[in-house]
Amino acid sequence: MRTIILFENLSLFELQQYWWMIIALLGAVLVFLLFVQGGQSLIYSLGKEDKHRTLILNSIGRKWEFTFTTLVTFGGAFFASFPLFYATSFGGAYWAWITLLFCFIIQAVSYSYRGKENNFLGKKTYDAFLFINGLISPVLIGIVVGSFFTGSGFHLTENYSVRWDSKLRGLELLLESQNLILGLAILFLSRTLACLYFKNNIESKGLISKVNKSLKINSGAFIGFLLYWVTILIFSDGYTVNSDGIVNIEEYKYLHNLLQLPINSAILIIGLILILVGIIISIKKPNYTKGIWYSGIGTVLLIFSIFLLTGLNNTSFYPSTTDMQSSLTIKNASSSHYTLTAMSYISLLIPLVIAYIWYAWKALNKEKISSQNIKNEYKY
Amino acid sequence: MTEYTDISTVDWSRAQFALTAMFHYIFVPLTLGLSFIIAVMESLWVKTGKEEWKKATKFWMKLFGINFAIGVSTGIILEFEFGTNWSNYSWFVGDIFGAPLAVEGIMAFFMESTFIAIMFFGWEKVSKRFHLTSSWLVFAGANLSALWILVANAWMQNPIGMFFNPDTARNEMVDFWAILLSPTAINKFFHTVLSAYLLSSIFVIGISSWYLLKKRHISIAKKSIIIASIFGFIVSILTVYSGDTSSRDIAKIQPMKFAAMEGLYEGGTNIPLVLTGIITKNKEGIEECEHSIKVPNLLSLLTHLDSDAYIPGIKNVIEGYTSHEGKRFLPIEKRINKGQEAILALKEYKFHKKNKQTEEMNKSLKIFRENYEHFGYGYLNTPQEAIPNISLTFYSFHIMVSLGFLFILIFITSCFLIYKDKIEKYRWILWINIICIPLAYIAIQCGWIVTELGRQPWVIQDLMPTKVAITDIDTSAVQTTFWLFAILFTTLFIAEIRILMTQIKKGPQS
Repeated sequence: MRTIILFENLSLFELQQYWWMIIALLGAVLVFLLFVQGGQSLIYSLGKEDKHRTLILNSIGRKWEFTFTTLVTFGGAFFASFPLFYATSFGGAYWAWITLLFCFIIQAVSYSYRGKENNFLGKKTYDAFLFINGLISPVLIGIVVGSFFTGSGFHLTENYSVRWDSKLRGLELLLESQNLILGLAILFLSRTLACLYFKNNIESKGLISKVNKSLKINSGAFIGFLLYWVTILIFSDGYTVNSDGIVNIEEYKYLHNLLQLPINSAILIIGLILILVGIIISIKKPNYTKGIWYSGIGTVLLIFSIFLLTGLNNTSFYPSTTDMQSSLTIKNASSSHYTLTAMSYISLLIPLVIAYIWYAWKALNKEKISSQNIKNEYKY
Repeated sequence: MTEYTDISTVDWSRAQFALTAMFHYIFVPLTLGLSFIIAVMESLWVKTGKEEWKKATKFWMKLFGINFAIGVSTGIILEFEFGTNWSNYSWFVGDIFGAPLAVEGIMAFFMESTFIAIMFFGWEKVSKRFHLTSSWLVFAGANLSALWILVANAWMQNPIGMFFNPDTARNEMVDFWAILLSPTAINKFFHTVLSAYLLSSIFVIGISSWYLLKKRHISIAKKSIIIASIFGFIVSILTVYSGDTSSRDIAKIQPMKFAAMEGLYEGGTNIPLVLTGIITKNKEGIEECEHSIKVPNLLSLLTHLDSDAYIPGIKNVIEGYTSHEGKRFLPIEKRINKGQEAILALKEYKFHKKNKQTEEMNKSLKIFRENYEHFGYGYLNTPQEAIPNISLTFYSFHIMVSLGFLFILIFITSCFLIYKDKIEKYRWILWINIICIPLAYIAIQCGWIVTELGRQPWVIQDLMPTKVAITDIDTSAVQTTFWLFAILFTTLFIAEIRILMTQIKKGPQS
């Protein structure tokens, strides 16, 4: 009997699946951490008063590095494990990724600069930067993830050099309604999670009563867009790859995946239920603060299972709409056995990373943020 | 791979990457070194309980924080630009190059971002010792991050531990430890982080000198100078040592870059060391160093510990030479021919494989393997294309080295005067200390110019020219993003400087 922990003993395909799961996990954690962006997109509606805006930004401002770092690690892990995707999507959907980058550059500095004297652009401009990042980033990330299902127009040369077939270089992804719906679902999910996080982390009756109202609207919109997207997905065709590596279109591919991957479907349903539990209890009990944990864990499970749906069960996770055989699968886009093995050993550090993040998070969130206690602290 | 190469796209993509990298590296060195100085100061506070150390820690931490955010935000662009602008590169070496980036994220970034939150917001929430541990972990995270990205960069300069897979048309990792522990990686890591510590020490000494000139925060300023000058002196000596080993490594693996650094057109034995000189074009139209001040035999001695040692110049690398170790290097012209044979053999291999012609396939593969070390040369049009920009490489190298030695003097002087408690009396020295802050930034940028410009035309030494690595995209798209980045970076830079200056003016007590 072989020892599972020795990654060398796993086949290339097993390692590819393992790494797709790591990507799925990072993607899922990233979407959960987008509550920071969701919160930023609410600063004009919830933070009309300066004291409320200061509370909001000091609450989520202590977590922005996690979202940022997870995005960087997500990119790095994709590069290392599925470099052909990195070369194809990043190089091809140029404008989508560059826009996302711009959104993140202006975010990082805005927290640091907004409250500082002599900051050149003024507090209002940095707040506007945060709002732009909060509004656009979740939509763009949703659109890019949406393209895992709808595909893009590209083809590969015999040496795997990528040729993008649309002159719009990524802007065409915005025109695909299915992508846009997922983008909007992610935006409203991030805003919902932000509301739940504020309830957990901020001490201010006036602000929390506004948060409760906002939670109803944003969670309603999220559920609406998500159900719409799932319905489209169930009835849509997908790209399947056979044992010879030949890609074909399969009717109801994602419905088949749901049926053929029962554990994954169970994770998806549990995730959805947990999200709803967190939302419903928080709406019913205005003083309830733990909704973020239900909905947060639910979000991680839901997004994790959505990623698996697009990469496992012989599915092309990045279909080419102009040259079917150029479609990317976890088999043809991955790194070598050696690299995936080496990387797998590094991945064993992930539980340790999660443990210290958890510990630090708990230490900082021991007491809620209030106008009183941030007076004496470093603040944004 | 080159059938779509558009040179203007190459130039604009290079310009965009250079802009991002140089802008990013304005902020990174301070993060690397200041985190150490802060951790030392906080350790002294925890040990002695003296409030002044805490005040000093908090002050330098504030400057660190302003600098950190912009460094982080520009770092993400660099990572993503490998995909957006260098997609051929991303596939050709992603199997190797991607791994350090992922490890950097998992091991270093999370550590840095988690504990930086404790560092800034945890003063009243965690114990003294936990806070101090967090400060040290921020230092560790920042430097671990530097390790992995520099390992990746070193591999581009000295590609080892890999095997070209003709079926996937890419290089694949076969020896992780060879990549991590290559002499190039070790030299690069130590030289880069040590020079970053040096810059941070100069930064602390310069700002503290300003306070002494203004007769403000005298005690904290002196304490900061003590820490920074001792630290700076130690690291500057180590920087010289790592620079020396780095240069020897370059002489071995990148002889053209080494010749460019020295402005050496025609090599030979007993080569002198050029202290300073002027680059002019010779009869062949190639730049070389003239009107120079030289120390006889010293370059041969420093490079091979033998004053009679042979060192090739630009001309020799082009025409072929036998190295000091006795290895024969072919003329570039021949390497171009062999590279073209390798490219053709790969194409034929693919064709025969598709048609299931095993014998022909193996024959093509054999030719390919025999010529693979010249693969990248097959994409060059002329031998002259293998020459980097000599004047920029030469001047950058000499400016960096000269400033490095000036900084050693600064550290010695500061150490001595602070020990004698006379530093305030020498106002001109305090002024020089302030002027050294921008000079340290110039030196460190020059170092990267030598590294990156000196290795052109290669993105991966001998295997992939930069022009082949780019994404197939319209020049206008890259031009647009270049200018957008330039405007954004300039705006943020102005904001950063203004905020930093305001905080410095306010000083530690505010």
